[in-house]
Amino acid sequence: MQKFEYASPTTIQQAVALLGNQWGEAEVLAGGTDLLALMKDYVVSPKRLVNIKDIKELKGITMTASGLRLGALVTFEEILDNAQIKRNYPAIWQAVSGVTSPQIRNMGTAGGDLCQRPRCWYYRAGYGLLAKDEKGNALVPNGDNRYHAIFGNEGDAKFVNPSSLAPALISLMAKIKVAGPKGSREIAADKFFVAPKSDTEREYALAPNEIVTDILIPSASGVKSATYEVRQREVLDWPLATASVALKLDGKTVKSAKITLGHVSPVPVDSEAAAQALVGKTINEETAEAAGAAAVANAKALSRNGYKIQLAKVAVKRAILQAAG
Amino acid sequence: MAEYKWPEAEKRKYIGKRISRVDGPLKVSGKAKYAYDINRPGMLHGKILHSPYANAKIVSIDTSAAEKMPGVRVVKLVQGPGTTVQWAGDEIAIAVAADEQTATDAIRAIKVEYERLPHVVNDEKLEAVPAANKRTTQEFVQGEPDKAFAEADVTVEGYYGNAIITHCCLESHGQVVEWTDANNVLIHPSTQAVSSISNDLAKALEIPAGNVELKMDFIGGGFGSKFQIDRWGTECGKVSKMAEGKPIKIMLERDAELTIAGSRPSIYAKVKVGAKKDGTLVAWQSEGWGTGGVAGMGAPPLPYMLRTASGIPNIKANFSSVSTNTAPSRAWRAPIHPQVAVITMGALEDLAAALKMDPIEFLKKNINLFAPRAEIYSQELDKAMELSNWKANWRPRGAGAPGSTKTVKRGLGVSMHTWGGGGHASNCDVTIHPDGSVDLKSGTQDLGVGTITVLNIVVAETMGLPMEAVKIFIGSNRYPASGSSGGSTTIGGISGSSRRGAVDALNQLFAKVAPTLGVKPEELEAVDGKIRVIASPSKSMTWKEACAKLGSQPITVRGVNRAGDRELSSSGVGGVQIADVSVDTETGIVKMNNFYAVQDCGLVMDLKTAESQVFGAMIMGVTYSLYEERIMDNNTGRVLNPNMEFYKLAGAMDIGNMKVHMMTGKGYDERGPVGLGEPPTNSPGAAISNAVANAIGVRVPTVPLTPDKVLAALAGKKGGQSNAKI
Amino acid sequence: MSSFTKAGDEKPALPESEPDLAVSRRSFLKGSGLALSVPLVAGNIRTVKAAGQDVKVHGPNKVSITLDINGKKQAATVEPRVTLLDTLRNDLDTTGAKRVCDRGTCGACSVLMDGKLVYACSVLALEAQGKKIQTVESLAQNGQLSPVQQAIVDNDGQQCGFCTPGFTMACTALLNKYPDPTDEQMRLGLGGNLCRCGTYVGLREAVKQVAAQKKGGRR
Repeated sequence: MQKFEYASPTTIQQAVALLGNQWGEAEVLAGGTDLLALMKDYVVSPKRLVNIKDIKELKGITMTASGLRLGALVTFEEILDNAQIKRNYPAIWQAVSGVTSPQIRNMGTAGGDLCQRPRCWYYRAGYGLLAKDEKGNALVPNGDNRYHAIFGNEGDAKFVNPSSLAPALISLMAKIKVAGPKGSREIAADKFFVAPKSDTEREYALAPNEIVTDILIPSASGVKSATYEVRQREVLDWPLATASVALKLDGKTVKSAKITLGHVSPVPVDSEAAAQALVGKTINEETAEAAGAAAVANAKALSRNGYKIQLAKVAVKRAILQAAG
Repeated sequence: MAEYKWPEAEKRKYIGKRISRVDGPLKVSGKAKYAYDINRPGMLHGKILHSPYANAKIVSIDTSAAEKMPGVRVVKLVQGPGTTVQWAGDEIAIAVAADEQTATDAIRAIKVEYERLPHVVNDEKLEAVPAANKRTTQEFVQGEPDKAFAEADVTVEGYYGNAIITHCCLESHGQVVEWTDANNVLIHPSTQAVSSISNDLAKALEIPAGNVELKMDFIGGGFGSKFQIDRWGTECGKVSKMAEGKPIKIMLERDAELTIAGSRPSIYAKVKVGAKKDGTLVAWQSEGWGTGGVAGMGAPPLPYMLRTASGIPNIKANFSSVSTNTAPSRAWRAPIHPQVAVITMGALEDLAAALKMDPIEFLKKNINLFAPRAEIYSQELDKAMELSNWKANWRPRGAGAPGSTKTVKRGLGVSMHTWGGGGHASNCDVTIHPDGSVDLKSGTQDLGVGTITVLNIVVAETMGLPMEAVKIFIGSNRYPASGSSGGSTTIGGISGSSRRGAVDALNQLFAKVAPTLGVKPEELEAVDGKIRVIASPSKSMTWKEACAKLGSQPITVRGVNRAGDRELSSSGVGGVQIADVSVDTETGIVKMNNFYAVQDCGLVMDLKTAESQVFGAMIMGVTYSLYEERIMDNNTGRVLNPNMEFYKLAGAMDIGNMKVHMMTGKGYDERGPVGLGEPPTNSPGAAISNAVANAIGVRVPTVPLTPDKVLAALAGKKGGQSNAKI
Repeated sequence: MSSFTKAGDEKPALPESEPDLAVSRRSFLKGSGLALSVPLVAGNIRTVKAAGQDVKVHGPNKVSITLDINGKKQAATVEPRVTLLDTLRNDLDTTGAKRVCDRGTCGACSVLMDGKLVYACSVLALEAQGKKIQTVESLAQNGQLSPVQQAIVDNDGQQCGFCTPGFTMACTALLNKYPDPTDEQMRLGLGGNLCRCGTYVGLREAVKQVAAQKKGGRR
């Protein structure tokens, strides 16, 4: 880790004032479970660390008739312990229960989950977000890409979005509230993530001096939701593919559906095709399977991650069946 | 009079019972100090700069910026310009500073210019390996394999293999070294060789061997990777000297640990096996290859257990050693056995499936080929069948064991294994003090197998004392030399030396007190804290009273076990394991349901820690069967997963239910203790791979059985499916 | 990787301050700070104005901190970049928590912070100020092992022992929260720790033993 100076502001305004207007100068410290590892590996080397954990406004879970608000600092454990979230927003709760490390759940925050950096091993070894060697050759296409993207991999970014919450938040049409020097703004969850075109860009739509303050999820009354993660191990393990679905039913018929895939693309994939395949249908093994097939119809494998297409398909199918109960 | 022979079952108070490890309380309370935990007064920290390239010539090194950094005490080159490094992670330089951060800053400020050379880091695709990196060894031939295959009723061909895994010791390699004066060195290492690595350090530092004192109370994992002083050990001594002898701690960072500090060679093979209709195994042919790093590797014994005069009568086996630009492999718990078990037992299971035979029936049919342990295997197969309820649960390949659903298929698989494990050379000093206290000193080490506990058991058992009346001191080269802990040689070795030492010491005590009791020494025995007359037990004195007779001089006796000793220990064990798995055929994810082990280790010294050894081997086996592999990148030549996140180990809830049965009693006990660390490590890969094949009806060729490979096998894709003709 | 430097990517490290604070401050500030609306303030502890309010900025050089470790206030002087784990081990000679992966995966460094199980390798020492830190060394009282420790000994949930302190803390936290954990709760309570020797069978039995004791049962 390189040296840095450390500040622990107590208000959002102080925090954003302490951040820079270009990436790399300062980093925001919340749970620390990802950032400190990145710094130990010299993947990021900020000159200033802004610890936001002392900002009270960023804490707390509130559930009202209009929806759910998660403060950016809400920990995964707080979500897991919240019976109302478990009941009303199973997609979120199930995503959190996939993080089997209590240490990560005690430390890791909802905001941090959205802003964590990709786990691409080339990125983590110092080859940059776009994984290129000293000569500028891309390392992923003919390297070991078993954990890389099967969607949205035509560009330079071939990592997968690592967020646990993102697919559920997108399916539940959440908004991410962020604050900067000029006040706050809301970003639709599906617009929060972006595929960077250069190593100096980030994979989320924050300005360098903005922080996530709240996650706002509309009421899920009448919505059936679920998240299914394909993980190899029960011990803390990254999903190989995730699907979150939110369904509105009319009797037994699907009125509307929103289906989002995670860990398969630089940004979570909002699969309109899968949703369309389901609308107007009764949910059963066959329709769920068809929706899964529709979800991966446009997937494109790299040299050795073709198996993830099958996993994404199964994740969609199982999430749908799980949501329908 | 006490004798060396192990006591009969009915007389054993501790041997073979469930005794909790005596150092357990220290470990659970954080008081156990490992090399990594040693903080010496004025200690400095050293950090190593490693090569980022797998094959490169060092053109120049500029350490000036590092040397100028405030707080940096020493910057030393390990390999200078002109040297060619042959694997990523090789040591280039060391920087020493008052704290870890400054030392790390310093190595990062060292500028190295490399001339990069082409590298080869992967070997599974043998055809992609340049000819210069391959060396095919001579064929092993027995009988008339071509003729035997021509005459066989059933022949299957398949591809089987093992990815490279690392040792991944939780305590990384390293040590603290200091010069206590101009000529004497003290080292706190993490080593499996307490009685020998100090000599290597002395040689490197050009001081007499006796001038190096070594202390190590605990070691955080070794698994075969910690037998050497290692270059970071000798360099630590050198930089300490450069820093006026100050204690210096150098422990490998996790990425280096997983890159350079030990790995298990890969082994892959294309195999053909043939049998008669009745299941009689007649012929084996294999073309194998594998790598242990730059030096390649020696030809492994394929087929496993059956490459003997009494084994498969017709064999043809050849092997290509592949040289790769990866750090040299090290002995990994039962070197080579787990890999050749995967290949051999996999091929045999495929053959049994082709014969439409139950694999256990098939093994029993051929059990005489497994001489000289055919009888032990037979008994163990029966026991394992009973534990796993094999008859009720096993179904023919692909039929799905009970509990299978449309998508989740359950299967059972079996494997057998062997290992030598005779006791190593061991010395100890057993002392009976006039105040009645007893201690034992030996230059051995406890890797977690229970060495300290077994020493305690032997002395307490021999002297008829409670466990807590005996103190065990190990972990110093100033104690009588004892062998390195590897190859399942420790328990056999230290049991023999401690038994002899304790018996001899006790007999000296008998000689002292016999006159007082009015009998000859040989008429005495030590039982329940008393020395008493065998023929009239009421004639006795307490242990304390007896020891008081010693006056001021304690009894100290050297106990010796010579290598190859077969009086108190023996060699050669067998084991059988049965894995019961479920495979999600939609995701390719394999879950362990149950895992059973039946194991022989001669006389069990401590049933609790013996079972722990077997559980541990099975859990490690689940890990190498399903999850772990060292992933090398062809482009960069580096390990892609030198961390605990993608170098995947099984967790507490990934292992299913496990049962261990130790073969004990007549036929086993009288062989004396035989080591147990390696044998149960050998079968898991084969048993689990066979269970998966049984569940899904197709062989997944190589371990680990990751979802990509399982799905590929299911899809019958090229490279994913065994070409077994069944 | 921490120590596998690629040619050309060596960024000049920021020098330690001791002999000449002025020099190190200059070098720390050089070429930076321009993008920050609140300029960098190399030194130890300073107060700066951020959004019109006073905010304390620490480091990048060593700062004095006080930690509450096992009920005792302990002082240390560390750079902000030093983790709680390294402070415990290197500065306070409290070595029960182990450094294994150092990246928040293996759990060997687990401690309780205000009663919650955390990875000490992923907490900065500065952040830990004002929190109650409990390490494995705190569990035994008056030489008496805690029920969890005793159960791990009884069930041999340890071999080399290097993961043991972390697992002991994880089992303690699990049983604090769920006195009689279900399999699902065990999955969620033990999923943050790894063992290499393979001690999980004994560890799971240990958890069950303590749960049975808490229920007043005997095993």
